[in-house]
Amino acid sequence: MTDWRPGANNAIQRQRAALLADLRNYFAQRRVMEVETPLLCRAGVSDPALENFEVPSGQEMRFLQTSPEYAMKRLLAAGSGDIFQICKAFRREEQGVRHNPEYTLLEWYRLGFDHYQLAREVGELVAAVLERPGWQVWSWQGIFQEVLGAGAHCASREDLEELALGNVGDIPLDLDRDGLLDLLMSHCVEPAISGWGIVFIVDYPPSQAALARQILDASGELHGARFECYVDGIELANGYWECGDAAELRARFTSDNLLRRTRGQPERIADEYLLEALTAGLPACAGVALGVDRLLALKSGAKNLDAVLSFGWSRS
Amino acid sequence: MANFSTNEFKSGLKVMLDGEPCSILENEFVKPGKGQAFNRVKLRNLRSGRVWDRTFKSGDSLEGADVLDVELEYSYTDGEFFYFMDPVSYDQHAAGADAVGDTQKWLREQEKYEVTLYNGAPITVSPPNFIELEITETDPGLKGDTAQGGSKPATLTTGAVVRVPLFISQGESIRIDTRTGEYVSRASKN
Repeated sequence: MTDWRPGANNAIQRQRAALLADLRNYFAQRRVMEVETPLLCRAGVSDPALENFEVPSGQEMRFLQTSPEYAMKRLLAAGSGDIFQICKAFRREEQGVRHNPEYTLLEWYRLGFDHYQLAREVGELVAAVLERPGWQVWSWQGIFQEVLGAGAHCASREDLEELALGNVGDIPLDLDRDGLLDLLMSHCVEPAISGWGIVFIVDYPPSQAALARQILDASGELHGARFECYVDGIELANGYWECGDAAELRARFTSDNLLRRTRGQPERIADEYLLEALTAGLPACAGVALGVDRLLALKSGAKNLDAVLSFGWSRS
Repeated sequence: MANFSTNEFKSGLKVMLDGEPCSILENEFVKPGKGQAFNRVKLRNLRSGRVWDRTFKSGDSLEGADVLDVELEYSYTDGEFFYFMDPVSYDQHAAGADAVGDTQKWLREQEKYEVTLYNGAPITVSPPNFIELEITETDPGLKGDTAQGGSKPATLTTGAVVRVPLFISQGESIRIDTRTGEYVSRASKN
């Protein structure tokens, strides 16, 4: 059981090195500056769907970052301009064919971009790396309608549960509305678009905005200004037209913690550095995080993440 | 029994689901980017043999099932129960017809069977892949007919009927593949 050898063969290791060089070159050409931020910070993440690894340090607890987002926004508020980072990110309990609790993330921010413009840049990058002809853009509402034949944006929890029971079968019966939307996304939409190449899903329900700003469409409906990029049904990148409103984010952190409390999860203090930085002023920008290991898996045709990692979770 | 969380689900883990002992076959972690993570799990109901597909929220847990696979020797039947013996401790286990199921066709005294015990009682009995049994009834053998082609039904000591080549005679022992129920060869001479 102690296989010391790497999961990724030498050819894939070389592909990884070349990919990292290509990514750095791509951003250098566009004058986006590479930065480094700490991985072990004082604040964790409040999103109930994410759990930090906790690391004791003296009397305090530190948190391995689930993404470098908060620290990068502090750099943006301090006037960094366009920035990118390639770093490790850590998510407890996330392990599977497409998940490793420690993984490589490419995160970048573009000043003055909205999420549609940034999605286009992600499309150009991903199409170039994977040598694909182009990409499709779907609204969240449109893709649910296309795949499930039913509108989900305004559907009640009960209607969504019925839709999930009909399409998935045995499901947990204690899911809230967003849990049901997530179930329909992962069990129905993702498999359905697995043959569609590069697909962007834009404009999420407001309850799934995460750290994106909320926008009104022409018909007066509210959306989260967020996008996801899928390739062959595999989720590759998640982007926001960033919400820079400190009060708004503090309110979201508080409601995250309420949900954490009811679910018996540990509460997470708000990152006051981030909130102070937003109060000082985050320039209007859009940001995206892209899974580099998954990108490499797609490029090399590897069927699971272990085959593109030197030492995946079971070997590390 | 201990509880097992979805991240401990592994192929072969025995858990209770809807009051039934089950064995986990596959466990797939899925997460739609942001949001709720799920585990899509395939389980075999150990009593019925049926395979269930279930989705759990990641972090949900199931109670472990007190299930043990042991190798036991078949002793005899009293018409209602089938008795199996632990060759080391000489403990006897009585298995009902439900638990023995189709394996009843392949029961031979002193032969070893894999028996799954749930709360100490047999719930399934699996035969070895190959078993040798005697023919109690078949049409007379055709002398010298060892060519391929023809076959005929033969009834075994257990009551099972298998197709055998024409040259096989009543009273002979034959080797059978229990997975397919097919004749393999004449029994090895012991």
